[in-house]
Amino acid sequence: MVERRGWLTAVTHLVLIAGIAVLALPIYFAFVASTVGLRDIVEPPLPLVPGPFLFDNYGEALLRGVTQAAATPVALMMFNSLVMALVIAFGKIAISLLSAFAIVYFRFPLRMFFFWTIFVTLMLPVEVRILPTYEVVAGLGLLNTYAGLTIPLIASATATFLFRQFFLTVPDELAEAARVDGAGPLRFFADILLPLSRTNIAALFVILFIYGWNQYLWPLLVTTEASMTTIVIGINQMIAPGEDQTNWPVVMATTMLAMLPPVLVVVFMQRLFVKGLVETEK
Amino acid sequence: MAEVSLREVRKTYGDVKVIHGVDCTIADGELLVIVGPSGCGKSTLLRMIAGLEAITEGEISIGGRVVNDLEPAERDIAMVFQNYALYPHMTVYKNMAYGLKIRRMSKGEIDARVKRAADILELGELLERTPRQLSGGQRQRVAMGRAIVREPSAFLFDEPLSNLDAKLRVQMRVEIKKLQEDLGITSVYVTHDQVEAMTLGHRLLVLNGGVVEQLGTPIELYERPASVFVAGFIGSPSMNLLAARVVAEGNAVELPGGDRLPLANGNSGGQAGRQVILGVRPEHLEIADQGPSAARLTVEVVELLGADTLVHGHFGNDRTDLTVRMGGIHDLKHGEVLPLKVSPDHLHLFDSGSGARL
Repeated sequence: MVERRGWLTAVTHLVLIAGIAVLALPIYFAFVASTVGLRDIVEPPLPLVPGPFLFDNYGEALLRGVTQAAATPVALMMFNSLVMALVIAFGKIAISLLSAFAIVYFRFPLRMFFFWTIFVTLMLPVEVRILPTYEVVAGLGLLNTYAGLTIPLIASATATFLFRQFFLTVPDELAEAARVDGAGPLRFFADILLPLSRTNIAALFVILFIYGWNQYLWPLLVTTEASMTTIVIGINQMIAPGEDQTNWPVVMATTMLAMLPPVLVVVFMQRLFVKGLVETEK
Repeated sequence: MAEVSLREVRKTYGDVKVIHGVDCTIADGELLVIVGPSGCGKSTLLRMIAGLEAITEGEISIGGRVVNDLEPAERDIAMVFQNYALYPHMTVYKNMAYGLKIRRMSKGEIDARVKRAADILELGELLERTPRQLSGGQRQRVAMGRAIVREPSAFLFDEPLSNLDAKLRVQMRVEIKKLQEDLGITSVYVTHDQVEAMTLGHRLLVLNGGVVEQLGTPIELYERPASVFVAGFIGSPSMNLLAARVVAEGNAVELPGGDRLPLANGNSGGQAGRQVILGVRPEHLEIADQGPSAARLTVEVVELLGADTLVHGHFGNDRTDLTVRMGGIHDLKHGEVLPLKVSPDHLHLFDSGSGARL
């Protein structure tokens, strides 16, 4: 640690406080807006302290939704988003772990070809392949299903690559010791590789959960029924088009709710997350 | 308890020959050390016995059973790796128990075996620690414990002491020797360290470039090295190897400077006039106080080790380098000239072309 003098400490703190203010102020305003009545928002000035309608607004959002959006309750939207985020996160981790395991520990024909195919897909963002993917999902009759929502997003080159790099750092002798001990490949995977990847998995889970939760374009395409709406899409639909009045307090309540799960995931997994990013456990 | 035998074992990677036919039988309870410089194929050979490398040609059997096509786990061997290869997320206890658990041994039996091994290796206090909380020497013991609990037909050691500091290495060397003798389990031990090889092995197999240079007891290797390579490899400081010529009468060798050394009777073998490589161990050169001396050494560097003194110098017209080891402390000065002699019994002659012993 570099030692700092008094005034430098003050400057550091000022900069940090300014940074926090920049980040936190909009969130605070959103929170305030979610606790007041519609009229308080529409008429200037913007209120600076929370109003009395906290429970009314959140209750309305959670249970009834905003009328324009075919009135899907936010609770259902959150459930949809949660299913999507969890399936994508766990699915990606499972698939990537297994494919990285195959690429690193097995010698099969065209092994490098497969590795490079996976690697090349890193360069193709979802948007590039979104139309053919839509065609396939539609053809399989998966529109408006959780499967259609999640499966196309599960295949992941990034995570495969990450686990490959990690597996390469695990000493070969560990695999050989397990072989001498009589552990087959799957036993080695489950008993040795998986526990060693624990922190990496946790870090990846945090990233992927947020990635899944924030998906916009794909759910927009494959879900048309109100009961399948995810919360990120839902917020957009709540904002009334044209001359209709948007129910801003409820919309703000919804955005606050939409923020909650990712925040909780980060807060509860922060310790493992940081460990996974900085430390390799060997 | 088993005999391990290798018959015409060969290994090739594509066109590259790594092991050129090894024949060797390791008796029940014997400790064979495979020794050689790095890249000589010694680890490959061990890994072939373990089943971690495929055998290109030949046959390996353990306890009378050909194991060529068996998985490592089916060969009834246990291996100690150079970097120990302990499972980092398991406690010492679990590390040792893992192999037994996979073999579906009963909990009670596992517990008994682990406790017994822990007693032998003095690991009792450490059973609940993870490998990262252990020192190098302790990790080494755990790796040994993992091998012991298996009660295998054979132990395979792959340079197990090379990651330890010098003092600990000597201590563990003694422990391994004791342990191996107590348990009486056939063992194959790979090392590049000739001191380790000499002190541990009942027999040594010297490997060079995938070819067996010599197989024999440590004393055989020291007293009658079969080739220039073995002569230079075994013994520390290493043997002096000089270009020389057997004189016309066949009863002496002529050194580069023109000095002559008489040969013991059996040593000349009709090699009169032939160019040879003469080997003399530094510890067999003595100062000739009186009588004829063989060579006059001009002292260059003196290393005082306490127990003995190493003198490096040169002799003869073309300043041939020579090392002499003398017991005790000798206060010698740079440039001083020492008359040296050597008993004819301690001369080794090698063919200057093939390097084979004459």
